[in-house]
Amino acid sequence: MSIKGKAYIGGVFEHPIREATDQSTPQLHAECAKGALADAGLIRDDVDGYFCAGDAPGFGAMSMIDYMGLKVRHMDSTETGGSSYILHVGHAAEAIAAGKCSVALVTLAGRPRQMRGGGLGGGRAMGPSEAPEAGFENIYGGTTHNVYGMCAMRHMYEYGTTSEQLAWIKVAASHHAQWNPHALLREVVTVEEVLASPIIASPLHRLDCCVITDGGGAVIVVSPEVARSLKRPLVKIIGSAEAPKGPRGGGDLDLTFSAGAWSGPAAFAEAGVTPADIKYASIYDSFTITVLMQLEDLGFCAKGDGGRFVADGALISGIGKLPFNTDGGGLCNNHPTNRGGITKVIEAVRQLRGEAHPKVQVPSCDLAIAHGTGGFLGARHGAATLILERE
Amino acid sequence: MNDQPRPATRKIPAPAINNESRPFWDAAREGRFLIKRCRACGRAHWYPRLSCPFCFSDVTMWEASAGEGAIYTFSVMRRTDGPSYAIGYVTLDEGPAMLTNFVDCDLEALEIGQRVRLRFQETEGGPPVPVFAPA
Repeated sequence: MSIKGKAYIGGVFEHPIREATDQSTPQLHAECAKGALADAGLIRDDVDGYFCAGDAPGFGAMSMIDYMGLKVRHMDSTETGGSSYILHVGHAAEAIAAGKCSVALVTLAGRPRQMRGGGLGGGRAMGPSEAPEAGFENIYGGTTHNVYGMCAMRHMYEYGTTSEQLAWIKVAASHHAQWNPHALLREVVTVEEVLASPIIASPLHRLDCCVITDGGGAVIVVSPEVARSLKRPLVKIIGSAEAPKGPRGGGDLDLTFSAGAWSGPAAFAEAGVTPADIKYASIYDSFTITVLMQLEDLGFCAKGDGGRFVADGALISGIGKLPFNTDGGGLCNNHPTNRGGITKVIEAVRQLRGEAHPKVQVPSCDLAIAHGTGGFLGARHGAATLILERE
Repeated sequence: MNDQPRPATRKIPAPAINNESRPFWDAAREGRFLIKRCRACGRAHWYPRLSCPFCFSDVTMWEASAGEGAIYTFSVMRRTDGPSYAIGYVTLDEGPAMLTNFVDCDLEALEIGQRVRLRFQETEGGPPVPVFAPA
Protein backbone atom coordinates (compact mmCIF):
# COMPACT_ATOMS: atom_id res chain seq x y z
CA MET A 1 0.00 0.00 0.00
CA SER A 2 1.17 3.50 -0.81
CA ILE A 3 0.02 6.97 0.22
CA LYS A 4 0.61 8.24 -3.32
CA GLY A 5 -2.34 10.38 -4.31
CA LYS A 6 -4.30 9.46 -1.15
CA ALA A 7 -4.05 12.92 0.46
CA TYR A 8 -3.58 16.59 -0.41
CA ILE A 9 -2.36 19.74 1.31
CA GLY A 10 -5.53 21.76 1.84
CA GLY A 11 -4.17 24.75 3.71
CA VAL A 12 -0.98 26.28 5.06
CA PHE A 13 -0.11 29.21 7.29
CA GLU A 14 3.16 30.72 8.46
CA HIS A 15 2.76 33.06 11.40
CA PRO A 16 4.17 36.46 10.39
CA ILE A 17 5.47 37.10 13.91
CA ARG A 18 9.16 36.67 14.65
CA GLU A 19 9.28 38.21 18.16
CA ALA A 20 6.29 37.13 20.28
CA THR A 21 6.55 39.34 23.35
CA ASP A 22 2.85 39.26 24.20
CA GLN A 23 1.49 35.92 22.99
CA SER A 24 1.42 32.64 24.87
CA THR A 25 2.69 29.53 23.11
CA PRO A 26 -0.77 27.85 23.08
CA GLN A 27 -2.20 31.04 21.60
CA LEU A 28 0.38 30.92 18.80
CA HIS A 29 -0.61 27.31 18.04
CA ALA A 30 -4.25 28.36 17.83
CA GLU A 31 -3.48 31.37 15.65
CA CYS A 32 -1.55 29.13 13.26
CA ALA A 33 -4.43 26.63 13.20
CA LYS A 34 -6.92 29.39 12.39
CA GLY A 35 -4.66 30.73 9.66
CA ALA A 36 -4.31 27.36 7.95
CA LEU A 37 -8.03 26.62 8.24
CA ALA A 38 -8.83 30.00 6.68
CA ASP A 39 -6.33 29.33 3.90
CA ALA A 40 -8.04 26.02 3.17
CA GLY A 41 -11.57 27.38 3.51
CA LEU A 42 -12.36 25.00 6.34
CA ILE A 43 -13.56 25.52 9.90
CA ARG A 44 -12.35 24.09 13.20
CA ASP A 45 -15.10 21.52 13.43
CA ASP A 46 -14.01 20.00 10.11
CA VAL A 47 -10.77 18.87 11.82
CA ASP A 48 -10.84 15.19 12.80
CA GLY A 49 -7.10 14.54 13.12
CA TYR A 50 -4.42 16.46 15.05
CA PHE A 51 -0.63 16.26 14.86
CA CYS A 52 1.96 18.02 17.00
CA ALA A 53 5.46 17.47 18.41
CA GLY A 54 7.57 18.45 21.39
CA ASP A 55 6.94 22.18 21.03
CA ALA A 56 3.23 21.72 21.81
CA PRO A 57 2.82 22.61 25.48
CA GLY A 58 1.22 20.08 27.79
CA PHE A 59 0.55 16.37 27.77
CA GLY A 60 1.29 15.02 24.29
CA ALA A 61 -1.42 16.21 21.92
CA MET A 62 -4.10 16.25 24.59
CA SER A 63 -3.50 19.73 26.03
CA MET A 64 -3.62 21.48 22.65
CA ILE A 65 -6.60 19.40 21.49
CA ASP A 66 -8.46 20.45 24.63
CA TYR A 67 -7.28 24.09 24.44
CA MET A 68 -8.48 24.48 20.86
CA GLY A 69 -11.69 22.51 21.46
CA LEU A 70 -10.89 19.99 18.75
CA LYS A 71 -12.96 16.85 18.36
CA VAL A 72 -10.62 14.39 16.69
CA ARG A 73 -10.65 10.65 16.08
CA HIS A 74 -6.93 10.45 15.28
CA MET A 75 -3.87 12.01 16.93
CA ASP A 76 -0.11 11.69 16.63
CA SER A 77 2.62 13.45 18.59
CA THR A 78 5.65 11.79 17.02
CA GLU A 79 8.76 13.76 17.98
CA THR A 80 11.76 13.95 15.66
CA GLY A 81 12.75 17.52 16.44
CA GLY A 82 12.53 20.06 13.65
CA SER A 83 11.68 17.47 11.00
CA SER A 84 8.57 16.34 12.93
CA TYR A 85 6.12 18.37 10.87
CA ILE A 86 7.33 17.00 7.53
CA LEU A 87 6.94 13.54 9.04
CA HIS A 88 3.49 14.49 10.38
CA VAL A 89 2.27 15.33 6.88
CA GLY A 90 3.32 11.84 5.80
CA HIS A 91 1.66 10.28 8.84
CA ALA A 92 -1.48 12.32 8.17
CA ALA A 93 -1.55 10.99 4.61
CA GLU A 94 -1.25 7.45 5.99
CA ALA A 95 -4.10 8.05 8.45
CA ILE A 96 -6.28 9.55 5.72
CA ALA A 97 -5.48 6.66 3.36
CA ALA A 98 -6.53 4.27 6.13
CA GLY A 99 -9.78 6.12 6.72
CA LYS A 100 -8.79 7.25 10.22
CA CYS A 101 -9.41 10.95 9.50
CA SER A 102 -10.13 13.26 6.56
CA VAL A 103 -9.00 16.71 7.75
CA ALA A 104 -5.71 16.60 9.66
CA LEU A 105 -4.29 19.66 11.39
CA VAL A 106 -0.52 19.96 12.07
CA THR A 107 0.68 22.83 14.27
CA LEU A 108 4.01 24.14 15.50
CA ALA A 109 4.67 27.23 17.62
CA GLY A 110 6.97 28.54 20.30
CA ARG A 111 8.82 31.52 21.74
CA PRO A 112 12.55 30.73 22.03
CA ARG A 113 13.51 34.42 21.79
CA GLN A 114 11.57 35.09 24.98
CA MET A 115 13.26 32.24 26.83
CA ARG A 116 16.90 33.02 26.03
CA GLY A 117 19.49 33.95 28.56
CA GLY A 118 23.06 32.93 29.13
CA GLY A 119 23.70 29.26 28.68
CA LEU A 120 24.21 28.04 25.23
CA GLY A 121 23.51 31.16 23.22
CA GLY A 122 20.21 29.88 21.89
CA GLY A 123 21.51 26.49 20.86
CA ARG A 124 19.91 23.45 22.35
CA ALA A 125 21.97 21.33 24.69
CA MET A 126 22.05 17.63 24.11
CA GLY A 127 19.42 15.38 25.51
CA PRO A 128 17.35 14.79 28.64
CA SER A 129 19.10 13.26 31.63
CA GLU A 130 17.08 10.02 31.56
CA ALA A 131 18.18 9.24 28.00
CA PRO A 132 20.31 6.07 27.87
CA GLU A 133 23.28 7.99 26.43
CA ALA A 134 22.96 10.92 28.85
CA GLY A 135 25.70 10.00 31.32
CA PHE A 136 28.17 9.33 28.53
CA GLU A 137 27.41 12.26 26.24
CA ASN A 138 25.64 15.22 27.86
CA ILE A 139 28.74 15.99 29.93
CA TYR A 140 30.80 17.18 26.94
CA GLY A 141 29.07 20.47 26.14
CA GLY A 142 27.40 19.29 22.96
CA THR A 143 25.07 21.85 21.40
CA THR A 144 23.41 22.08 18.03
CA HIS A 145 26.27 24.29 16.79
CA ASN A 146 29.19 22.03 17.61
CA VAL A 147 27.43 18.73 16.90
CA TYR A 148 26.67 20.01 13.38
CA GLY A 149 30.13 21.55 13.26
CA MET A 150 31.68 18.10 13.80
CA CYS A 151 29.87 16.88 10.66
CA ALA A 152 31.16 19.83 8.64
CA MET A 153 34.70 19.20 9.89
CA ARG A 154 34.63 15.56 8.82
CA HIS A 155 32.97 16.37 5.49
CA MET A 156 35.75 18.86 4.75
CA TYR A 157 38.36 16.26 5.72
CA GLU A 158 36.95 13.50 3.53
CA TYR A 159 35.75 15.47 0.52
CA GLY A 160 37.62 18.77 0.50
CA THR A 161 34.45 20.75 1.12
CA THR A 162 35.28 24.39 1.88
CA SER A 163 33.84 27.18 4.01
CA GLU A 164 33.40 29.17 0.79
CA GLN A 165 31.16 26.46 -0.62
CA LEU A 166 29.10 26.32 2.58
CA ALA A 167 28.80 30.11 2.50
CA TRP A 168 27.08 29.96 -0.91
CA ILE A 169 24.12 28.27 0.81
CA LYS A 170 23.64 31.26 3.12
CA VAL A 171 24.17 33.65 0.20
CA ALA A 172 21.40 31.93 -1.78
CA ALA A 173 19.02 32.05 1.19
CA SER A 174 19.71 35.75 1.65
CA HIS A 175 18.98 36.46 -2.02
CA HIS A 176 15.53 34.96 -1.47
CA ALA A 177 14.92 36.60 1.92
CA GLN A 178 15.29 40.10 0.49
CA TRP A 179 11.83 39.66 -1.10
CA ASN A 180 10.13 38.36 2.05
CA PRO A 181 8.80 41.24 4.17
CA HIS A 182 8.46 38.93 7.17
CA ALA A 183 12.04 37.57 7.03
CA LEU A 184 14.10 38.25 10.15
CA LEU A 185 17.22 38.92 8.02
CA ARG A 186 16.46 40.58 4.67
CA GLU A 187 19.93 41.79 3.79
CA VAL A 188 21.71 40.11 0.90
CA VAL A 189 25.09 38.82 2.08
CA THR A 190 28.21 37.79 0.20
CA VAL A 191 30.50 34.80 0.57
CA GLU A 192 33.11 37.16 2.01
CA GLU A 193 30.68 38.42 4.65
CA VAL A 194 29.84 34.88 5.72
CA LEU A 195 33.52 34.03 6.04
CA ALA A 196 34.20 37.25 7.96
CA SER A 197 31.54 36.49 10.56
CA PRO A 198 32.94 35.01 13.78
CA ILE A 199 33.47 31.29 14.20
CA ILE A 200 30.80 29.90 16.54
CA ALA A 201 31.73 26.20 16.46
CA SER A 202 34.50 25.39 14.03
CA PRO A 203 34.29 25.29 11.10
CA LEU A 204 30.88 27.00 11.24
CA HIS A 205 30.63 30.79 11.27
CA ARG A 206 27.80 32.79 12.74
CA LEU A 207 26.31 33.22 9.27
CA ASP A 208 26.38 29.44 8.73
CA CYS A 209 23.76 29.24 11.49
CA CYS A 210 20.00 29.68 11.21
CA VAL A 211 18.09 32.45 12.93
CA ILE A 212 16.26 32.10 16.23
CA THR A 213 12.64 33.19 15.94
CA ASP A 214 9.37 33.01 17.79
CA GLY A 215 6.30 32.08 15.84
CA GLY A 216 4.99 28.98 14.18
CA GLY A 217 2.98 27.50 11.37
CA ALA A 218 0.27 25.03 10.51
CA VAL A 219 -0.62 22.66 7.69
CA ILE A 220 -3.96 21.06 6.85
CA VAL A 221 -3.82 17.65 5.15
CA VAL A 222 -7.07 16.48 3.59
CA SER A 223 -8.59 13.53 1.76
CA PRO A 224 -8.98 13.73 -2.05
CA GLU A 225 -12.73 14.28 -1.61
CA VAL A 226 -12.21 17.23 0.74
CA ALA A 227 -9.42 18.62 -1.46
CA ARG A 228 -11.69 18.73 -4.51
CA SER A 229 -14.36 20.55 -2.51
CA LEU A 230 -11.95 23.38 -1.64
CA LYS A 231 -11.31 26.42 -3.81
CA ARG A 232 -7.54 25.97 -3.67
CA PRO A 233 -4.97 24.62 -6.13
CA LEU A 234 -4.58 20.86 -5.72
CA VAL A 235 -1.27 19.95 -4.07
CA LYS A 236 -1.03 16.19 -3.94
CA ILE A 237 1.20 14.12 -1.66
CA ILE A 238 2.92 11.52 -3.81
CA GLY A 239 5.73 10.28 -1.59
CA SER A 240 6.86 10.36 2.04
CA ALA A 241 9.40 8.57 4.18
CA GLU A 242 11.19 8.88 7.50
CA ALA A 243 14.35 7.46 9.02
CA PRO A 244 16.34 7.68 12.27
CA LYS A 245 20.14 7.66 12.59
CA GLY A 246 22.46 7.61 15.58
CA PRO A 247 26.06 6.74 16.47
CA ARG A 248 24.98 3.09 16.36
CA GLY A 249 27.09 1.84 19.24
CA GLY A 250 30.13 3.62 17.90
CA GLY A 251 30.60 1.03 15.18
CA ASP A 252 31.54 2.35 11.75
CA LEU A 253 30.75 5.92 12.74
CA ASP A 254 30.16 8.01 9.61
CA LEU A 255 29.10 11.61 10.13
CA THR A 256 29.29 12.52 6.45
CA PHE A 257 25.76 11.35 5.73
CA SER A 258 22.37 11.85 7.37
CA ALA A 259 19.28 9.70 7.76
CA GLY A 260 18.08 11.42 4.60
CA ALA A 261 20.19 8.85 2.75
CA TRP A 262 17.43 6.39 3.71
CA SER A 263 14.28 8.54 3.77
CA GLY A 264 15.09 10.30 0.50
CA PRO A 265 15.35 7.28 -1.81
CA ALA A 266 12.29 5.71 -0.14
CA ALA A 267 10.18 8.81 -0.76
CA PHE A 268 11.39 9.13 -4.36
CA ALA A 269 10.59 5.46 -4.97
CA GLU A 270 7.07 5.89 -3.64
CA ALA A 271 6.55 9.01 -5.73
CA GLY A 272 7.98 7.38 -8.84
CA VAL A 273 10.13 10.41 -9.62
CA THR A 274 13.84 11.23 -9.40
CA PRO A 275 15.79 14.21 -8.04
CA ALA A 276 16.28 15.41 -11.64
CA ASP A 277 12.49 15.87 -11.90
CA ILE A 278 12.27 18.23 -8.90
CA LYS A 279 11.55 21.89 -9.77
CA TYR A 280 11.81 23.33 -6.25
CA ALA A 281 13.43 22.04 -3.04
CA SER A 282 12.70 23.00 0.56
CA ILE A 283 15.78 21.71 2.37
CA TYR A 284 16.13 22.02 6.16
CA ASP A 285 18.74 24.66 6.86
CA SER A 286 19.51 24.66 10.55
CA PHE A 287 23.09 25.19 9.40
CA THR A 288 24.66 25.42 5.95
CA ILE A 289 26.25 21.98 6.37
CA THR A 290 22.78 20.49 6.95
CA VAL A 291 21.73 21.61 3.47
CA LEU A 292 24.87 20.34 1.79
CA MET A 293 24.74 16.89 3.34
CA GLN A 294 21.01 16.48 2.72
CA LEU A 295 21.33 17.45 -0.97
CA GLU A 296 23.90 14.67 -1.35
CA ASP A 297 21.82 12.19 0.64
CA LEU A 298 18.70 12.94 -1.39
CA GLY A 299 20.61 12.25 -4.60
CA PHE A 300 20.77 15.74 -6.09
CA CYS A 301 24.50 15.08 -6.45
CA ALA A 302 26.96 12.36 -5.53
CA LYS A 303 28.21 12.03 -1.94
CA GLY A 304 31.10 14.43 -1.55
CA ASP A 305 30.09 16.66 -4.49
CA GLY A 306 27.78 18.86 -2.40
CA GLY A 307 30.28 21.69 -2.14
CA ARG A 308 30.69 21.98 -5.89
CA PHE A 309 26.92 21.53 -6.34
CA VAL A 310 25.90 24.49 -4.14
CA ALA A 311 28.63 26.92 -5.22
CA ASP A 312 28.24 29.92 -7.52
CA GLY A 313 24.57 30.57 -6.85
CA ALA A 314 23.29 27.14 -7.84
CA LEU A 315 20.50 27.35 -5.24
CA ILE A 316 19.28 30.86 -6.18
CA SER A 317 15.87 30.94 -7.85
CA GLY A 318 16.04 32.22 -11.42
CA ILE A 319 19.81 31.76 -11.55
CA GLY A 320 20.78 28.32 -10.31
CA LYS A 321 19.88 24.78 -11.22
CA LEU A 322 17.99 23.96 -8.01
CA PRO A 323 15.96 26.79 -6.42
CA PHE A 324 15.82 26.16 -2.67
CA ASN A 325 14.16 27.77 0.36
CA THR A 326 12.72 30.68 -1.59
CA ASP A 327 11.21 32.21 1.57
CA GLY A 328 14.74 32.77 2.88
CA GLY A 329 14.64 29.53 4.87
CA GLY A 330 15.79 29.07 8.41
CA LEU A 331 19.06 30.78 7.59
CA CYS A 332 17.35 34.16 6.97
CA ASN A 333 13.58 34.08 7.25
CA ASN A 334 12.24 32.00 10.09
CA HIS A 335 13.13 29.00 12.25
CA PRO A 336 10.17 29.09 14.62
CA THR A 337 10.91 27.61 18.04
CA ASN A 338 14.16 26.15 16.66
CA ARG A 339 12.18 23.82 14.39
CA GLY A 340 12.17 24.48 10.66
CA GLY A 341 10.16 21.56 9.30
CA ILE A 342 6.79 23.22 8.93
CA THR A 343 8.10 26.24 7.03
CA LYS A 344 9.71 23.80 4.58
CA VAL A 345 6.30 22.32 3.80
CA ILE A 346 4.65 25.75 3.63
CA GLU A 347 7.07 27.26 1.08
CA ALA A 348 6.88 24.12 -1.07
CA VAL A 349 3.09 24.50 -1.14
CA ARG A 350 3.41 28.19 -2.03
CA GLN A 351 5.67 27.27 -4.94
CA LEU A 352 3.34 24.56 -6.21
CA ARG A 353 0.35 26.92 -5.99
CA GLY A 354 2.27 29.69 -7.75
CA GLU A 355 1.89 31.82 -4.61
CA ALA A 356 5.58 32.39 -3.83
CA HIS A 357 6.92 35.92 -4.20
CA PRO A 358 7.07 36.75 -7.94
CA LYS A 359 10.81 37.41 -7.64
CA VAL A 360 11.44 33.85 -6.48
CA GLN A 361 8.51 31.91 -7.96
CA VAL A 362 9.77 28.95 -10.00
CA PRO A 363 8.04 28.89 -13.42
CA SER A 364 5.67 25.96 -14.00
CA CYS A 365 6.52 24.53 -10.61
CA ASP A 366 4.67 21.21 -10.57
CA LEU A 367 6.97 18.99 -8.48
CA ALA A 368 8.62 19.87 -5.16
CA ILE A 369 10.39 18.23 -2.25
CA ALA A 370 10.34 19.19 1.42
CA HIS A 371 13.02 17.49 3.46
CA GLY A 372 14.25 17.89 7.01
CA THR A 373 16.67 16.69 9.67
CA GLY A 374 15.59 17.06 13.29
CA GLY A 375 17.73 16.64 16.37
CA PHE A 376 21.51 16.40 16.24
CA LEU A 377 23.06 15.70 12.84
CA GLY A 378 26.28 14.42 14.41
CA ALA A 379 24.46 12.26 16.96
CA ARG A 380 20.79 11.14 17.03
CA HIS A 381 18.51 12.66 14.44
CA GLY A 382 15.38 11.94 12.45
CA ALA A 383 14.94 12.65 8.74
CA ALA A 384 11.65 13.12 6.93
CA THR A 385 11.08 13.52 3.20
CA LEU A 386 7.92 14.64 1.44
CA ILE A 387 7.33 14.84 -2.30
CA LEU A 388 4.47 17.01 -3.51
CA GLU A 389 2.92 17.42 -6.95
CA ARG A 390 0.69 20.11 -8.39
CA GLU A 391 -2.28 18.33 -9.94
CA MET B 1 30.79 40.28 30.51
CA ASN B 2 31.24 40.27 34.26
CA ASP B 3 34.41 41.00 36.20
CA GLN B 4 35.08 37.38 37.09
CA PRO B 5 38.21 36.00 35.43
CA ARG B 6 37.37 33.40 32.81
CA PRO B 7 38.28 29.89 33.95
CA ALA B 8 40.84 28.19 31.76
CA THR B 9 38.80 25.06 31.19
CA ARG B 10 35.12 24.28 31.00
CA LYS B 11 33.68 22.75 34.15
CA ILE B 12 32.11 19.37 33.47
CA PRO B 13 28.85 18.53 35.21
CA ALA B 14 28.44 15.27 37.13
CA PRO B 15 27.34 12.51 34.74
CA ALA B 16 23.91 10.95 35.10
CA ILE B 17 24.37 7.43 36.52
CA ASN B 18 21.96 4.50 36.56
CA ASN B 19 22.27 0.86 37.55
CA GLU B 20 23.25 -0.11 34.02
CA SER B 21 26.16 2.33 33.91
CA ARG B 22 27.25 2.17 37.57
CA PRO B 23 30.10 -0.36 37.06
CA PHE B 24 31.67 2.00 34.52
CA TRP B 25 31.61 4.93 36.91
CA ASP B 26 32.79 2.86 39.87
CA ALA B 27 35.82 1.88 37.78
CA ALA B 28 36.32 5.47 36.64
CA ARG B 29 36.64 6.54 40.28
CA GLU B 30 39.55 4.06 40.46
CA GLY B 31 41.09 5.42 37.28
CA ARG B 32 40.12 2.45 35.11
CA PHE B 33 38.47 2.98 31.72
CA LEU B 34 36.02 0.20 30.81
CA ILE B 35 34.21 -0.55 27.59
CA LYS B 36 31.74 -3.31 26.79
CA ARG B 37 32.35 -6.21 24.41
CA CYS B 38 29.79 -8.72 23.22
CA ARG B 39 30.60 -12.40 23.75
CA ALA B 40 28.19 -13.39 20.97
CA CYS B 41 29.43 -11.25 18.07
CA GLY B 42 32.80 -10.24 19.49
CA ARG B 43 32.43 -6.51 18.83
CA ALA B 44 33.12 -3.77 21.35
CA HIS B 45 30.60 -0.93 21.56
CA TRP B 46 30.17 2.51 23.09
CA TYR B 47 28.36 3.77 25.17
CA PRO B 48 28.24 0.62 27.31
CA ARG B 49 24.87 -1.13 27.57
CA LEU B 50 23.44 -4.43 28.78
CA SER B 51 22.42 -5.59 25.32
CA CYS B 52 24.80 -5.47 22.36
CA PRO B 53 23.62 -2.78 19.91
CA PHE B 54 25.03 -4.82 17.01
CA CYS B 55 23.53 -8.30 17.63
CA PHE B 56 21.19 -7.65 20.62
CA SER B 57 22.81 -10.42 22.68
CA ASP B 58 22.62 -9.98 26.45
CA VAL B 59 26.07 -11.47 26.96
CA THR B 60 28.13 -8.29 27.09
CA MET B 61 31.24 -8.11 29.25
CA TRP B 62 33.18 -5.21 30.72
CA GLU B 63 36.80 -5.02 29.64
CA ALA B 64 39.60 -2.54 30.23
CA SER B 65 40.35 -0.32 27.25
CA ALA B 66 43.87 0.91 26.54
CA GLY B 67 42.31 4.37 26.22
CA GLU B 68 44.12 5.13 22.99
CA GLY B 69 42.76 6.13 19.65
CA ALA B 70 42.56 8.73 16.90
CA ILE B 71 40.42 11.83 16.44
CA TYR B 72 37.54 11.04 14.05
CA THR B 73 36.23 14.61 14.06
CA PHE B 74 35.95 17.62 16.34
CA SER B 75 34.56 21.13 16.67
CA VAL B 76 35.99 23.95 18.74
CA MET B 77 33.21 25.83 20.52
CA ARG B 78 34.10 29.53 20.69
CA ARG B 79 32.72 31.14 23.81
CA THR B 80 32.75 34.77 24.84
CA ASP B 81 31.11 34.04 28.19
CA GLY B 82 33.36 31.18 29.27
CA PRO B 83 36.24 29.01 28.17
CA SER B 84 36.29 27.73 24.61
CA TYR B 85 36.40 23.94 24.37
CA ALA B 86 36.74 21.12 21.87
CA ILE B 87 34.13 18.40 21.46
CA GLY B 88 34.66 15.47 19.15
CA TYR B 89 34.64 11.75 18.50
CA VAL B 90 37.60 9.46 19.15
CA THR B 91 37.85 6.11 17.42
CA LEU B 92 39.27 3.80 20.07
CA ASP B 93 41.82 1.22 19.01
CA GLU B 94 39.33 -1.43 20.21
CA GLY B 95 36.90 -0.25 17.51
CA PRO B 96 34.09 1.93 18.79
CA ALA B 97 33.94 5.70 18.41
CA MET B 98 32.97 7.79 21.43
CA LEU B 99 31.98 11.38 22.06
CA THR B 100 34.45 13.25 24.26
CA ASN B 101 36.32 16.48 24.91
CA PHE B 102 39.91 17.22 23.89
CA VAL B 103 41.88 18.83 26.70
CA ASP B 104 45.39 19.97 27.58
CA CYS B 105 46.06 20.93 23.98
CA ASP B 106 46.24 23.86 21.60
CA LEU B 107 42.66 24.03 20.32
CA GLU B 108 43.98 25.53 17.07
CA ALA B 109 46.29 22.59 16.46
CA LEU B 110 43.77 19.73 16.67
CA GLU B 111 43.61 17.56 13.57
CA ILE B 112 41.47 14.70 12.38
CA GLY B 113 43.52 11.50 12.58
CA GLN B 114 45.66 12.82 15.42
CA ARG B 115 46.57 10.18 18.05
CA VAL B 116 45.13 10.85 21.48
CA ARG B 117 45.23 9.19 24.89
CA LEU B 118 42.60 9.02 27.60
CA ARG B 119 42.72 10.83 30.88
CA PHE B 120 40.05 11.32 33.48
CA GLN B 121 38.81 14.81 34.24
CA GLU B 122 37.16 15.83 37.49
CA THR B 123 33.49 16.77 37.42
CA GLU B 124 31.29 18.91 39.61
CA GLY B 125 30.42 16.44 42.36
CA GLY B 126 30.45 13.22 40.34
CA PRO B 127 32.98 10.63 39.21
CA PRO B 128 35.68 11.72 36.76
CA VAL B 129 34.79 11.44 33.06
CA PRO B 130 36.88 10.23 30.12
CA VAL B 131 38.48 12.98 28.03
CA PHE B 132 41.43 12.83 25.64
CA ALA B 133 44.67 14.70 25.11
CA PRO B 134 47.28 14.44 22.34
CA ALA B 135 49.33 11.27 22.76
